[in-house]
Amino acid sequence: MTSLNVLIAVCLAYVAFLFGVAFAAERAGVRGRTDWLLRSPLVYTLSLSIYCTAWTFYGAVGNAARSGLEYVTIYLGPSLVIIGWWWILRRLVRIGRSQKVTSVADLISSRYGKSNTLAIVVTVMAVIGVTPYIALQLQSVALSLSIFSSAETGGVMDPDASTAGGFWIAVGLALFTVLFGTRNLNANERHHGVVIAVAVEAVVKLVALLAVGVFVVWGVAGGLSATLERIDASALGTWQTDGSRWATLTLLSATAFLCLPRMFQVMVVENDDERHLQVASWAFPLYLMLMSLFVVPIAVIGLEVLPAGSNPDFFVLSLPLSEGREGLAMLSFLGGFSSATSMVIVATLALSTMVSNHVVMPVFLYLRQGGATQSGDVRNVVILSRRLSILGIIALGYVYFEASGGSGALAAIGLISFAGVAQFLPAMLGGLFWRGATRVGALAGLAIGFTVWMFTMLLPSFGPGAVLSADTFEYGLMGISWLRPQALFGIAGMDPMVHAVFWSLSLNVLGFAVFSLVSFPLPLERLQGAQFVNVFDHSGQARGWHASFAESEDLMIMAQRILGSEEARRLFEGEARGQGMPGHLPEPTPDFLQKLERELAGSVGAATAHAMIGQIVGGSAVSVQDLMAVADESAQMLEYSSQLEAKSLELSDTAAELRRTNDKLTQISLQKDAFLSQISHELRTPMTSIRAFSEILRDTDGLGPMEKIKYASIIHTEAIRLTRLLDDLLDLSVLENGQVTLNRQSGSLADLLDQAIATAQASEARRITIRRRRLEETISLDTDLDRLAQVFINLITNAQKYCASPTPELRIEAARQGETVYIDFLDNGDGIPDDAREVMFEKFSRIGAQDSNGAGLGLAICREIMVRLGGDVTYLDNTGGTAFRVILPQKLALAAQ
Amino acid sequence: MSHHVLLVEDETNIIEAIRFLLSREGWQVDTHSNGTDAAEVIRNMKPDIVILDVMLPGKSGFDILEELRAHEQTADLPVLMLTARGQSRDREMAEKAGVSRFMTKPFSNTEVLNAVRDMLYVHRQQS
Repeated sequence: MTSLNVLIAVCLAYVAFLFGVAFAAERAGVRGRTDWLLRSPLVYTLSLSIYCTAWTFYGAVGNAARSGLEYVTIYLGPSLVIIGWWWILRRLVRIGRSQKVTSVADLISSRYGKSNTLAIVVTVMAVIGVTPYIALQLQSVALSLSIFSSAETGGVMDPDASTAGGFWIAVGLALFTVLFGTRNLNANERHHGVVIAVAVEAVVKLVALLAVGVFVVWGVAGGLSATLERIDASALGTWQTDGSRWATLTLLSATAFLCLPRMFQVMVVENDDERHLQVASWAFPLYLMLMSLFVVPIAVIGLEVLPAGSNPDFFVLSLPLSEGREGLAMLSFLGGFSSATSMVIVATLALSTMVSNHVVMPVFLYLRQGGATQSGDVRNVVILSRRLSILGIIALGYVYFEASGGSGALAAIGLISFAGVAQFLPAMLGGLFWRGATRVGALAGLAIGFTVWMFTMLLPSFGPGAVLSADTFEYGLMGISWLRPQALFGIAGMDPMVHAVFWSLSLNVLGFAVFSLVSFPLPLERLQGAQFVNVFDHSGQARGWHASFAESEDLMIMAQRILGSEEARRLFEGEARGQGMPGHLPEPTPDFLQKLERELAGSVGAATAHAMIGQIVGGSAVSVQDLMAVADESAQMLEYSSQLEAKSLELSDTAAELRRTNDKLTQISLQKDAFLSQISHELRTPMTSIRAFSEILRDTDGLGPMEKIKYASIIHTEAIRLTRLLDDLLDLSVLENGQVTLNRQSGSLADLLDQAIATAQASEARRITIRRRRLEETISLDTDLDRLAQVFINLITNAQKYCASPTPELRIEAARQGETVYIDFLDNGDGIPDDAREVMFEKFSRIGAQDSNGAGLGLAICREIMVRLGGDVTYLDNTGGTAFRVILPQKLALAAQ
Repeated sequence: MSHHVLLVEDETNIIEAIRFLLSREGWQVDTHSNGTDAAEVIRNMKPDIVILDVMLPGKSGFDILEELRAHEQTADLPVLMLTARGQSRDREMAEKAGVSRFMTKPFSNTEVLNAVRDMLYVHRQQS
């Protein structure tokens, strides 16, 4: 009986051996020795075998024992893909190498304009999709350990041992991956050590499975013909496999082969030579065939020989054990161990690259913005972030393994992972073959596909009541019947797996196509799209005379587009003459290229010029037509956008003007309303008195003569007030409309003041003492003297009316400065309050409206008149009373009329 | 029994006319010509009816009316509003503020007398 300790010791020895192999390969790689083994297509083919994980190693037999020939699909899909390598794989590898792609996420993000959003989405999806798969590997190793220990202890499984086993395996794998996956400081380099170790493990698992197969056929069943008889006799061959399930599974495994991050890692990233694919195209299917050769015999014999209830997933292990062949069992265990470890190592490596490149580093660089950046510093951070990512991903797998508690058949978990990563396929293939595919389309397809996958496959896999409630299963999400996770859109009766794959991929493709068609790609996307789709057009051929001639031609066409036909021809012909070349095309010498680049840079900017020349001369993937399209488009777009800009500027100017006009109109309209209201009030008030008293006089009998006289004089006074108001209004209207004709006369200021004072004193009952300095008033004026007198009268009358002093007094002071005359009217009253000074020249503004008979038009009229006369009337502050200053030119200028 | 009317108006001649008209009909007429404290004066005087001008120094007739309506004591006091502004919007504003009667200046003496009588009658009926 092999003790568990021996088993663990063998395991450790095996791992130590792998370390050794990896280390040796790594050293050879560092020294740059092109070891034939390292560069061999055989190693490449064997490394592809990480496709066969513990799920395939153990689970294929289990699958066959449960569902008959269905397991074949898992081998069929990848075989079809690799046999048809010319079509997809060659393209993938070429792009991966030319674009220095590091992962699936990188590939998809590069294709769609280097979108980091897309990279993050793919990374997150990959981590979610692959975590159960990693857990599955840990589980299979743990279970196989516990099968050994149960055989040792007499059939009792020790769950603690199994969990502890899972933990230590996780730790060991993490260590290995960190050591060999992140040895190189340059993160883009390939991992020779890991690849060699994986290839060795591939051999171990094939040998182990073949050995068990041979033992079962010749050791247990008793020869080939006996085995065949037993197979015929078993029920296994008669199980009908559902056609749709077959097709779906084949599609799924083919898709997974392309999309699984670890497959991408070994197939594209670790590829040394494109020609290796050619060998792999026959060698890998052969490997898969050998792996599947003994699956049916082992399943059939296992079902027959082993006690009912044995887990068919571990027949490969339990058959030799039950026959007492511990050595063979040990080999078989090592085979399963190899399958599991190689998968976890490569998957973790691939995922950690994605997580570190697309999630951790952008965040780190974002946070570091503004800080001191040293390049060496960042390289260490890359390595550190990868190591942490590796630990994190393995920890995640372990947590999932712990949490799921080893539930479910191995195949079911594997299929969920397959379907999850299959969601990358539309964006990936679409990007390789369809130039119309856009970033928005890819994002939409991925998001839709992944959501549907989560809803129809991942979440239901935890069972009703775990994440989705039983009600959701029965009646649909939120009670919407067509949102049942296993009967989407009311289509029930499909196999749940087929159902999930069908809907998630169909809706994914639909979303991808529709959103690609309706969205417009960015220039970078367009460029990358062209590079991806036309990857074979411009690369790979040796350059001869013909090629360089073509280059000059291409350069010429491009230069014509940018510099204009004449300019470009002059440049090229001049250069050709200088080189002594016949015709108009020069050799594309470095000097000439530099010159051309400088010329182009003047038109399109240095970066673009450099890129354009680089694209043509560097012979990389873009065709001239593509470049021309980009150039044309950007020129058109530039023009269009400048037009738009001008238009929008014009529009916003017009809008602003409209707004201003509107505001002005609104204000004018408001002013007009207020004005009408005021006029109405001013007219109606005297009219009210007139009407009321005339009615009284008419209707009242027995009025005394005194009363009659009193009321008649009220009517008279109010009628005069009304007339004066109308006069003022007309005056103001004429002044404001500029229809006034000024009547120019000559006269002295003194005379004019005499006249004005006499008029004012005659019209107003209240007296005011007026002090003048006659000497100063000997100023001759040549202006509209009547209008000026009107202003004076108004100012004097105001003083008479409103000066609150018990001994009212008005000083009139005149002065002349050059051609300008100043006449101040200063009284000894209370003055005008600050807030009223601004508005008192407005129409209808009255100050302390009490006992005023005026309509508040006087000062407004004064100001209008003075403006007409080329001067002004203003209020003087800080004189101790109310003070106005009239300013006017001595001679009325004609222009002012 | 003598009825009491308070006239809030700032035009001397209009005050004179209304005082003459209403006194002859046996009303006791008091006047007040400032808007600022008008509402307070009305509350103190407790007139049967108020005749209220709109354009008053200090505070507009509309504001005074709102103030009256907001106060419990004067909430349903009959108020005749007189305005010289004569825009239809003024009538709407007065009605919104809760005026009892609204008339535009210049008014007919008979109409004012009738309005005052009606208001008093209606008010008596209600209370």
